[in-house]
Formats: sequence, structure tokens, C-alpha cells
Amino acid sequence: MADYDLQSEAGRRDALRRMVTIRAFDEEAGDRFADGEIPGFVHLYIGEEAVGVGTCAALEPDDYIASTHRGHGHCIAKGLDPKYMMAELYGKADGYCNGKGGSMHIADVDEGMLGANGIVGAGPPMATGAALSIDYQDRDQVAVGFLGDGAVAQGQVHEAVNIAATWDLPAIFVIENNHYGEGTPVEKQHNVDTLSDTAQAYDIPGVTVDGMDVTAVEEAVAKARERARAGDGPSIVEAETYRYRGHYEGDEEPYRDDAEIERWKARDPIETFKDRLIDRGELTEDEFDDLQAEVEAEIDAAVEFALEADDPTPEQAYEDMFAEMPPEIDRFATAARTDGGESGGDRR
Amino acid sequence: MTALADTELETETEELTVREAIRQAMREELRRDEDVFLIGEDIGVFGGVLEVTGDLYEEFGPERIKDTPISEAGFMGAATGAAATGTRPVVELMFSDFAGVAMEQIMNQMAKMRYMFGGKAEMPVTVRTTEGGGMGAASQHSGTIHSWIAHFPGLHAVAPGTPAAAKGLTKAAIRSDDPVFVFENKMIYEQKGQVPTDEDFTIPLGEAAVEREGEDVTVVATQRLVGESLQTAEGMADDVDVEVIDPRSLYPLDTETIVESVRKTGRLIVADESPLSYGTHAEIIARVQEEAFFSLDAPIQRVGTPDTHMPFSPPLEQEVLPTGEDVRNAIGRVT
Ligand SMILES: Cc1ncc(C[n+]2csc(CCOP(=O)(O)OP(=O)(O)O)c2C)c(N)n1
Ligand SMILES: [Mg+2]
Repeated sequence: MADYDLQSEAGRRDALRRMVTIRAFDEEAGDRFADGEIPGFVHLYIGEEAVGVGTCAALEPDDYIASTHRGHGHCIAKGLDPKYMMAELYGKADGYCNGKGGSMHIADVDEGMLGANGIVGAGPPMATGAALSIDYQDRDQVAVGFLGDGAVAQGQVHEAVNIAATWDLPAIFVIENNHYGEGTPVEKQHNVDTLSDTAQAYDIPGVTVDGMDVTAVEEAVAKARERARAGDGPSIVEAETYRYRGHYEGDEEPYRDDAEIERWKARDPIETFKDRLIDRGELTEDEFDDLQAEVEAEIDAAVEFALEADDPTPEQAYEDMFAEMPPEIDRFATAARTDGGESGGDRR
Repeated sequence: MTALADTELETETEELTVREAIRQAMREELRRDEDVFLIGEDIGVFGGVLEVTGDLYEEFGPERIKDTPISEAGFMGAATGAAATGTRPVVELMFSDFAGVAMEQIMNQMAKMRYMFGGKAEMPVTVRTTEGGGMGAASQHSGTIHSWIAHFPGLHAVAPGTPAAAKGLTKAAIRSDDPVFVFENKMIYEQKGQVPTDEDFTIPLGEAAVEREGEDVTVVATQRLVGESLQTAEGMADDVDVEVIDPRSLYPLDTETIVESVRKTGRLIVADESPLSYGTHAEIIARVQEEAFFSLDAPIQRVGTPDTHMPFSPPLEQEVLPTGEDVRNAIGRVT
């Protein structure tokens, strides 16, 4: 479980390390996808590390998060192990979902990670639901729903925020405004300039913070958490950020130019935070290099682990559909697995 | 019966992929009818996530190739409202799984308006969407949902298995005055075949195609399984003479062509990627036994997904994904 905050020197160093881990994990995942080792789609979080880490730094270890299709960073920020994450990306039996989910569906409910999600806008209702059980059972937690700028246009997001607001549920909605939904810029998707202004419709607080600054994100989410725990209901935190890579790996990016990317890279969340720690005398360049080397070794080990892990057995395809399996699946599975043989049914 | 014999072979053809055929169908219909426009997510400059709309934006611009916010219920509803008020929207629903988000508009508005209003609403809307496993896209991007739509009164469903069918059905869908869903299997976009060049070539809804004639067993196959069944049939040609039918249109369904074939062969395999319970297979089989029960010489076999979702990991996906190999085994069980 992830237990770190930005109030202590050790916590700040931990947060930096997590951001570096996210970047190294996703750079590796991008390379391995390009090599054809990782199937399906991968959506990388590179550039947005401060949002996930700043948010989770403000949370307690047993708080919940509901993630998005761009979920690797949320997982690492929440404390999931890159080894089992990588195994999941490779579709291996040792992955978090035994290979059934992949990048878009990584989850570890025991760790409070309610899943990446392939459906844009499906996270916030999940967070509202987790906040509902917290409230119902008087538990001392909160639930965060991450969503992209594009997801703000989803009907179910509105419904989720409205329910949480009306019932004063301990939820926090973190909008990761990376300025694009796939190839469509944010201003072509919304009539408001500032997405956190939508909070006014629910009469809840809405703030917009610099999502390239881990401290700014942490402060805003900490405030929202305090309010949620006081029983005053949800908040919206919009973090302005940027994804350096394409929407998914393989995106040719006809919708933006290099100059724009470079402008954002000049405010890199890892570089900025590292420099700040060095200025404060909490870190040296050498220590940072060591940290980076350690992280890279950890990610290499994760890939090694994933490569060596076993594939799921074909029979596992039929597991986990229900708590109690209906006979149909077994029947169809058996039929599918027999080559030739009996045709079944009555004879004339 | 099959339009293949009557019209398709008489006209000039060119080789296209399924993807190109669908894009060409849209291009021709956009040129032919000003009321036609496309609406969906990232179909403009981006060209569609599976690159089907491609360069249409260059020719037709943002007025006719409309990029929407990520709001499936919103744009499905907007298309429904637009169709009821004088235009002919062609929706791209990026993955058929996202119908879940838009289902209210589909089932309670689009499908019912004409009926509920005593016939006083037009609904000339086309919804193109992608289906199917095979690319490791996991459970929320690999579904095959056409049985839901075909089941629902008031909606048409077509599911091409060849480039010619893809073009002819897409054009017929756009020209239809009723809601038509075009289900594109994402694994066959690169499949090539001969496609008529005539701009008025369409495939009327409800016409199956006999893609291969045979005497011993009828395989009714859809989408990706059309090509795979044809290959299987060739591979078994020394032992068994397989007839392969692509129904092309699921609703309306060309019962007659299928029944005629079963009367001849006495054996039927239904191969469709949808889950096996309560679906497309069951419907085709029910119709055949209603019409041709006494012509059957063996139990009807079905090939489909064994009631699981599409798992991510390739060995698991390969396990549950129905293939030509499963068709071969099914043929083996009854011949
Ligand atoms: C309901 C639904 N519609 C469309 C998609 C396809 N899609 C996946 S990610 C994405 C863009 C999401 O944009 P945003 O919410 O800003 O998140 P970002 O990718 O920028 O992190 C789209 C349209 C989807 N997965 N789910
Ligand atoms: Mg975005």
C-alpha cells in the first residue's frame, strides 16, 4: 500500500521516486509494445505523473481510486507493484487480472484500485459507488474518480457527480485535463473554458491547479479530502497537464505540432520537482541518478518477470464468468474443445 | 436469392479491402446526397481509430464529417433527432461495446419513434460500428453484440463478410429510410476482394449470398467466419462438398436462401462470433427447423463464443474465439 505524503522529506523523495517509476514503466511499456511483445492498446501516462502522484499523496492507504484507460500511473501512485502490472500487460497468468484484463483493465481492489477502465467516463460512477459504501458503513475513507477532459462530456459523469453532491458523499473527482481527447482538442469538446467551472452546477467546490506541479495537486486534493471526510461532500479538482506521447502507441498525431509538445516539456513535472528538492537541499544530482538507476533496474526486473511468467492455460478462459458457474459454459467449452466425434442430440 | 449471379458479376469490379470498400461507399453516398453526413468520435482529422473514415474529411470538411465530444448517448440521440427532422446521419460508434452507453437512445427512441408516433416519424439513420475479438483489445473493445440489435424490433442489422458485401450493404444502409446498424468485424478490414465499381451497386437488405456452392453440408457463416469457412471448405473439398452462405443481412434475414440450401444438403452449421446462448445462431436454426425440419439428416451444429467475454491474453482469446478450425470440427461431427 502506498503511504506517503509531501509533508516529510522521506515522503517527498518517495513521491519523486514514484513519478520516476511511472515514467520508466511507461517508456518501457511503449518500447515493448513497439516490439510487438505487448498486445492490444496501451495509453501512456508520460508527462502526467504529477497528477496521479499528487492525488495519491493526499490520500490515505485504504482510500479508493477509480482509474481510466490511461491507468498505469494511477496504479503505481496507488502502490501497485510494477512486476505484476507488467505481467498483466503481457497477458500472463501472474498479472493482476491473471491476464484477462490487460493494460486497460488493471485492477487490485484490495489495494483500493478499482480498475483502469476501457469505457471513457465510467470511473466516476464507480467512485460515487465506493463513496456510497464508505458513507453507508461509516468508514473513514474517501474515493477518487479520475477522468480525462474528454470524459467530462459523458452523461454518466454528470449523473455520478450529481448523486455524490446531492448525498454529500466522500468522493473527489479529479479531471486530468491533458488538453485532448484522442485527437480532439478540449475547446472543441466543451463550451466552458475552465472545466472545474462545471462544479457550480452541483454547488460543490471546483478548482483548477497546475497539474505539472505535484505539490499543487496534492494540496488541492488534500483540501477536497478534508471536506469529504467532514461530511460536506465531493469536490472537483481539475489538473492542467499534458501527455507527451500519442493518445495510444501508434498514434500519428496529425492534430498537434512539436512546438506545443516542447512548450509543455519545458515544465516537466519530474524535472521541476527534482530541482525543487535539490534547491531545498534534500537531494543531490548524484542521489537522483542513483534513484533513477534503481528504478530502471526495478522496471527491467519487472519485464524479466513478465517474460518468464507463464501464459494462462486455455482452460482459464472459462473461469471467472460467475461465482457459481452455469452448466452452459462447460457444455459449450467441451463442445468447442472436441475435434470431430459425436454430434450430440437424438438420432432418428 | 443471391444477387451475385444476377448483377454483381455483370458489372465491372475492382479490388478493394473491406476498409476501402466501406470508405468508398460513404464517399459515394456523401457525393450523391447532400443530406447525408457522418457523425462520431475522431472521424475527421484523426480519420477514425480504425482508419475507416480516413481522408473523407479532406473532401467533405467539418460540416459533413462531424467530430463529436465523447458522448455516445448524446450523439446517438442527436442522430436520431436529426434523422427524424430531414437529414440522413451516418453514425460511427467506435466500438460496438459502447452501445451500452447509448442504448437508451437506440432502444427507446431510434427504434420506437416511427411506431409510437403512428408512422409519423422518419428514421433514415445508419450506425456503423466495429465488433469482434482477435486483436487483444480485451473485453470492453471486442464484443460481438449484433444479436441484441437484430433482436430489437424497429432496427435492421447487417454484418458483411466480404469487401463487396461491405460496400453494397453500407450503401443500402445509407439509402434506407429505416435505422440500419452495420457491424464491421475489425479483423477483416484488410481482407481484399472484388467490388463492383457501379455507383448504384447496393445489396438490398435481406439478401444472402451463396459464396460457395456445395452438396453435402450448409455452413451459414458471418463476418470473419465467411472467409475462414471458405478456406475450411476448400481444405476439405476432397472429402465433403461444403456450401457456404453469407447471410450478409441479419435482420431482415434471407430465410429462403438458407432453407433452400438445407433442403439440398440436409446438414447445417451456423458460425457466428456472438456468444452461443440466445442469439443469432438460435434464430437461424429456429427458422430452418420451422421450414425444413424433415430435410435434416443430422443435428444442427453451432460455432460461436462459448458464453464468455473476450479475454485479453492471447492464449485465452484464441481459446474462445471461434475459427475456421471450429467450423471444420463441426462439419466433422455431422458428416
Ligand atoms: C464510452 C467510450 N467512448 C469512446 C471511447 C474511445 N476513447 C478511448 S480514450 C478516448 C479519449 C479520452 O479522452 P480523455 O477523457 O481526455 O482522456 P485522455 O485519453 O486524454 O487521458 C476515447 C474517445 C471509449 N473508450 N469509451
Ligand atoms: Mg484528455
